[in-house]
Amino acid sequence: MKFGIIVNEGPFTHQASDSAYRFAVATVEKGHRVIRVFFYYDGVNNGNKLSSPQADDRNLVKLWGELAAEHKVDLVVCVTAALRRGIKEEILADGFRISGLGQLIEMSLAADRTLVFGD
Amino acid sequence: MMLHTVNKSPFERNALESCLRLAASGASVLLIEDGVIAALAGTPAGDRIAERAGDLKFYALGPDIDARGLGDRPLIDGVEIVDYGGFVDLVVAHDAVNTWL
Amino acid sequence: MAEDQPVEFDTQGVKKRFMFVNRRAPYGSIYALEILEMVLISAAFEQHAAIVFIDDGVFQIKKGQDTKSLGIKNFSPTYGVVEMEKQDAEEDDDMDMVWRIIVEKESMEARGLSADDLIVGVEVLGADALSALMDAQDVVLSG
Repeated sequence: MKFGIIVNEGPFTHQASDSAYRFAVATVEKGHRVIRVFFYYDGVNNGNKLSSPQADDRNLVKLWGELAAEHKVDLVVCVTAALRRGIKEEILADGFRISGLGQLIEMSLAADRTLVFGD
Repeated sequence: MMLHTVNKSPFERNALESCLRLAASGASVLLIEDGVIAALAGTPAGDRIAERAGDLKFYALGPDIDARGLGDRPLIDGVEIVDYGGFVDLVVAHDAVNTWL
Repeated sequence: MAEDQPVEFDTQGVKKRFMFVNRRAPYGSIYALEILEMVLISAAFEQHAAIVFIDDGVFQIKKGQDTKSLGIKNFSPTYGVVEMEKQDAEEDDDMDMVWRIIVEKESMEARGLSADDLIVGVEVLGADALSALMDAQDVVLSG
């Protein structure tokens, strides 16, 4: 099955990004595909390469990028939400791209299941 | 059939209450994140869940229960604990997911 | 990655039933506005949409929002665009797109409101009817 995931919150402040990540990992472990993860609202902050969590804690920005590279997951940061929050190309982390809100709708059309992680 | 997820504690938000008001018979409800607090025995949320236990299936995400130190607490009857793999299986087994925030 | 390299999916001819669930009041958070932006984008894809207001979400479409003293943009007039998209879809025989704007009766009444207090025309559905509609959706988007 093809999954589309929407992440509404940034890393660390809420559990949404963690839950979405763990779910995405479990999805591929079960042999399914995550076709896209769309980061909306504060979720765009998951694409900020300047995020520097404590060394003994998980680095969500890196984890998402590694998941994308290993399993060809398309990580999309919403351009309108990103502009509001100051997320621009020059600080975009590896594995992420910035694109329009239409990519969320398109993902939902292409996926067998779409789910939202938020606050 | 819909899979509903609830990620907030019933003490904090009305998400579970609204979910239980609007979930159609035969659906499933998965408690995740702070939502697992609703699975604790002896709280008012337990009564709400019990009212719908006849026509909804209830699940709670084990890793979230463990993280909050609730693994040693009595849970309400009829809530099945699943891991993330089980979460994926639930999504596959239902037609769509309704996230209550 | 310096450029937006589009990842294409084949969604030709795909038609789904989307439900946009609004449960929060406006201005206390941005969820109301950013869900609205999602709703308007979905029009371009000619998908079915049920735009639903539950719990405090009913306040998003309350008449008479005056945000001047807060200095926040009053975006409630944009719901009028949603209503227009809905009407256009109804009037266009060539378009297979059904949009509904729905308020949950229990939520509205618990907050002392009636349909006359709202800035757009709405269907008022009781919990049972809304429950059945919710259960029939292909994609549910919450903010």
